[in-house]
Amino acid sequence: MNASDVVTVASSVLLVLGSLLTLIAAIGVTRFPDLLARMHAATKPQVLGLVLMMTGLALSLGDSQLGWKLTLVVLFQLITAPVSAHMVGRAGYRTGKVRSDLLVVDELTEDLRAAREETDREQAGR
Amino acid sequence: MRVSGSRKWLEKIPMVLWLTVLWVLFWGDLSLANVLAGALIGLFVMTVMPMPRIGFEGRVSFIGTAILLGKFAVDVLLASVQVARQALRFGHDPHGAVIRVPLRSHSDLYLTLTAVLCSLVPGSIIVEAHRLSGTLYVHVLDVPAAGGIAKAKADVLAQERRVLYALATDADIAEAGLPPRPWKRGRTDGPDPTTAVGPSGPAGDDQAVTR
Repeated sequence: MNASDVVTVASSVLLVLGSLLTLIAAIGVTRFPDLLARMHAATKPQVLGLVLMMTGLALSLGDSQLGWKLTLVVLFQLITAPVSAHMVGRAGYRTGKVRSDLLVVDELTEDLRAAREETDREQAGR
Repeated sequence: MRVSGSRKWLEKIPMVLWLTVLWVLFWGDLSLANVLAGALIGLFVMTVMPMPRIGFEGRVSFIGTAILLGKFAVDVLLASVQVARQALRFGHDPHGAVIRVPLRSHSDLYLTLTAVLCSLVPGSIIVEAHRLSGTLYVHVLDVPAAGGIAKAKADVLAQERRVLYALATDADIAEAGLPPRPWKRGRTDGPDPTTAVGPSGPAGDDQAVTR
């Protein structure tokens, strides 16, 4: 087995692992019971899946310039995935799409209610 | 006025450089025309869509950054495996929770970084960030898997500590109520008694005088 074989095997393994993680992420998105749990599936295995796939691609293409581009893809995914997950979660919370009955503890709803009561009291005082 | 104007321009330079690098990478070859076009487009973007100032006044610590990135890489791996296992445990629904974590530092930058990093590591997603009080509301995917609510909160605070150790000044770290960086503590312990005696001596004298 020479060097190019090793690279081919390594990149194939990375590509398969990456695809597997992305598949699991998809399963998680359909299977998890509520929006917030789904966002976990959409951010974590998906990001690592992408990292593995891009590494596999860079290895199999063996082009340093493309390697840089793929690094950028990973970088932007790392920056944007938390933001999108946060925005979806936040929007879900504000439109009442979050199922509080599935949560063990929900301190945000507690705090939101406390804040609302406080503003109500202030308005009543006026 | 002129001084602040030129400083504003200086602050834009790193961003324009970054946009130029991106442009050159997108085109794939380093030619003078590409660099010039990239710089012009970068300047245009920065002028048309100016970014708010973040005001970074920290001190980048090499060891702190290495620890932050190393732990982050391990955490991303663990997070993916953990969430993948949850996804494949059919018939078992994760028991989530939304917890309130008041951070110790009061900087937008550290709040944002902590939030972003927390979203990518095991079992946590930031649902809401309250900027004024520096509070993060974190959704935990599965409380038993995270090791309980107290452990989940401690994990977020540990993430913040790593961010502070990587980027903040000693004053910021002290203000957040954290001990100084451990590797620096060891180094400054040697000369510390001598430097500590210096300022405290006159201070003691001052007190004696005022009394």
